[in-house]
Amino acid sequence: MTEDVRNSVYEADRLIAEDIDAYLEQHQHKSLLRFITCGSVDDGKSTLIGRLLYDSKLIFEDQLAELEADSKRVGTQGQDSDLALLVDGLVAEREQGITIDVAYRFFATEKRKFIVADTPGHEQYTRNMVTGASTADVAVILVDARKGVLTQTRRHSYLAQLMGVRHIVLAVNKMDLVGYNRAIFDAIVAEYTEFAESIDLTDVTAIPISALAGDNVAARSDNTPWYEGLALIPVLESVQVGDAFDHGAAFRMPVQWVNRPSHDFRGFAGLIASGSVGVGDPVRILPSGRTSTVARIVTFDGDLDRGLAGQSVTITLTEEEDCSRGDVIAAADDSPAVSDGFEVMLVWMAEEPMLPGRPYWLKIGTQTVTATIQSPKYQVDVNTMEQQPAKTLSLNAIGVANLSTDRSIVFEPYRKDPALGGFVLMDKLTNTTVAAGMLHFALRRAENVHWQAIEVSRDAHAQQKNQRPKVVWFTGLSGSGKSTIANLVEKRLHALGKHCFLLDGDNIRHGLNKDLGFTDADRVENIRRVGEVAKLLTDAGLIAIAAFISPFEAERIMLRDMMEPGEFVEIHVDTTLAEAERRDVKGLYAKARAGKLPNFTGVDSPYEPPANPDLRIDTIATTPEDAAATIVDLILQDR
Amino acid sequence: MTIDTPTDRLAELSGEAALSEIPPQADNLDALESEAIHIFREVAGEFDRPVILFSGGKDSTVLVHLALKAFRPAPVPFPLLHVDTGHNFDEVLQFRDDLVARHNLRLVVARVQDYIDDGRLTERPDGTRNPLQTTPLLDAIGDNRFDAVFGGGRRDEERARAKERIFSLRNAFGQWDPRRQRPELWNLYNGKHRAGEHMRVFPLSNWTELDVWRYIQREKIELSHLYYAHRREVYSRDGMWLTAGPWGGPAEGEPVEEKIVRYRTIGDGSCTGAVESEAYTVDDVIAEVAASRLTERGATRADDRMSEAAMEDRKREGYF
Repeated sequence: MTEDVRNSVYEADRLIAEDIDAYLEQHQHKSLLRFITCGSVDDGKSTLIGRLLYDSKLIFEDQLAELEADSKRVGTQGQDSDLALLVDGLVAEREQGITIDVAYRFFATEKRKFIVADTPGHEQYTRNMVTGASTADVAVILVDARKGVLTQTRRHSYLAQLMGVRHIVLAVNKMDLVGYNRAIFDAIVAEYTEFAESIDLTDVTAIPISALAGDNVAARSDNTPWYEGLALIPVLESVQVGDAFDHGAAFRMPVQWVNRPSHDFRGFAGLIASGSVGVGDPVRILPSGRTSTVARIVTFDGDLDRGLAGQSVTITLTEEEDCSRGDVIAAADDSPAVSDGFEVMLVWMAEEPMLPGRPYWLKIGTQTVTATIQSPKYQVDVNTMEQQPAKTLSLNAIGVANLSTDRSIVFEPYRKDPALGGFVLMDKLTNTTVAAGMLHFALRRAENVHWQAIEVSRDAHAQQKNQRPKVVWFTGLSGSGKSTIANLVEKRLHALGKHCFLLDGDNIRHGLNKDLGFTDADRVENIRRVGEVAKLLTDAGLIAIAAFISPFEAERIMLRDMMEPGEFVEIHVDTTLAEAERRDVKGLYAKARAGKLPNFTGVDSPYEPPANPDLRIDTIATTPEDAAATIVDLILQDR
Repeated sequence: MTIDTPTDRLAELSGEAALSEIPPQADNLDALESEAIHIFREVAGEFDRPVILFSGGKDSTVLVHLALKAFRPAPVPFPLLHVDTGHNFDEVLQFRDDLVARHNLRLVVARVQDYIDDGRLTERPDGTRNPLQTTPLLDAIGDNRFDAVFGGGRRDEERARAKERIFSLRNAFGQWDPRRQRPELWNLYNGKHRAGEHMRVFPLSNWTELDVWRYIQREKIELSHLYYAHRREVYSRDGMWLTAGPWGGPAEGEPVEEKIVRYRTIGDGSCTGAVESEAYTVDDVIAEVAASRLTERGATRADDRMSEAAMEDRKREGYF
């Protein structure tokens, strides 16, 4: 590429030299565009971004020196600078020659500032592409001219559409390696266009480029005289991003933090997600539904008459309303809905597959609640876009499922408002982000859901029996002695005149749960059902005693959350695997070791010991009788 | 979050609402500021004991300004933490103390010198103390049970930082694991952590050096005077202008000269170099930054030059 071309596009360089004021003035009126680059391994994404940085003169002298040194050492371009090395940040991935994570880069032309998310093309890292797409206005999808439209191309296009990216640029790269052949370009564009239309991607611009040689990146190239469109940078400069803003969008602001420095100021701090709000406007606070009026819109730089989407403000109301983090302040006459059951699209991002029935944290806006997911209705084959049956979702799988939350949340469908329709799921034990989700619609309106009013209350049931209801939950390896101790506890309680009932794992599996197997998903459902039964028993005023391996900490936390505070007593019957296996009362370990019992806890399925049980019984140091006595004392100590 | 300049939106809205009622937002700094404030408030809403890591440099000074803005009229609901290498410029300590007093902030100081005095750390042969900051920093985080630590890191600074999340988890040993970073979508930050772990939070992730300077100009933020041109006795080493101090001085063959210089970054005196500059005001500095052909770290931080992966190695150890 010649200096002339560079200067014609990067006018800024001349401006800096001649007139810094003019440069800064121009800078202030630049809009900002966020885009992602995606493509398969070796399609040349990093080279393209390196080219954009290089051509926009954002490569500084010291970085250039480093680039030349690196290029000679690990580069793939002989003695030439390998532009990809500019952006492949982490040492390991540079040496492997692949980008493994999302990296954000910045460059500017005279018309726009850009933030580029460099997202990986390797199949197993689709979650990073979804991450990059969640904040992107445009997706630049790279195709190797020699290879054409690949499975990955379809996958990335589908993901861009799924995440609501409106504009697609199809960059057919490495045109220099196919002799700038128009027929090859046309064939790829035809194939891609047909596919894009099938998934409702209508705004597609195709450009023949060479990131390595610079053709059609900053300016039209003489090597492709048959191409009549704009080069890549002018396309990115001219994409309209304002059209994502809905003129008629109603005001919504999730409350982040209550600002209460003194008794005479109570403000609700948040980022306005959509619409605008003015002093005197009537607003509704959700989920409570109470209405009030905006008194002030406070900022550090003084009060505003109007606050607009994208602004961080602090709002005060004319009435003292109860409002806290997680609530949403919205236009009174056009407020979002509230529900606790939804159909959602999920993109699974964790190595651990989704477990139907397991409780996860769900964060949407500023609300964090507990959510459980039902088995997927289907998952989407991203290569064919076909719906396929699925029992779970594993890493990088995309599927549709029903989801319920433990309390009502304020929401909008994702297509209408990503700020109140996009959510993440977090594992309650490892705390990692395991999925991204998009709300489709509510299964029901919360207003229509009522618990059946019960005239004889649970307190009345408990008082009649003169006891405090409990769930005494035994967890431990198979053969640890759970059932033995649980039986002794039931006998002692019965002898003391207490009303109790033992739920035993084996017995439940012969009846209520005989449809369940021993996969992780079935184990979770098994425990959930037993938990619900135990909860009903406590409502009846009983002391429920349950002996289940219950190997996962997350489900035991779920159980504790299901019960009334103080009514769940977790007892870890702690035995070493070696000791349990030595006893092997039922001969199960021998079968498992022989491969006849798959998914056997301790052998080929994990047991997660409780971090904070109410009581830990060491079955080697303690006899079952002593253990039972200690447990009974613990159960009855607060009554 | 998607940062749009509200300018375009304003134009569209003008048909429905009188433009005069809507605050003017002509500049995409507004979007960056709003994003940073949102991040500060998310941390205030989800963490028990946040702290702002404060070096006296321009990025951490901008952080303090943004925190003041995020919580007004309430005071900033958390303290500042300064890791004092013992090799500070006097001007920087004075600036720090003035800033703390002016805004009625709380300051926690962790001193590298204390660790050297009692033998927990050993002075390096080259006298550089930047790499020694990690232990006092992590001890201060542990001792004070800080669970969220704001830093001024920007993604445009360096390649390793370009991949870091805005909420970046550190394990119980303060280490960053770039291969196990949590996906970060929309503006939904995952603040969940276990006891002993903490979150590093980078509200300036999406800012560039020029954005920071333009913001300092627009908001009239007072910085340490070292950032502006002044006369100083310096000597040249490895292509940088160093200044003599308690950390050492010129070796044989390194003549001391008087130059008009300024600092582009402020850190440990033994390894932070000045550049020759006549930029006496913010406007001058912006002109210089806009035309600069050297990245700020490359120009003035000797410790980043030690190896190509210098920053990545130190991040794994818990340094910012």
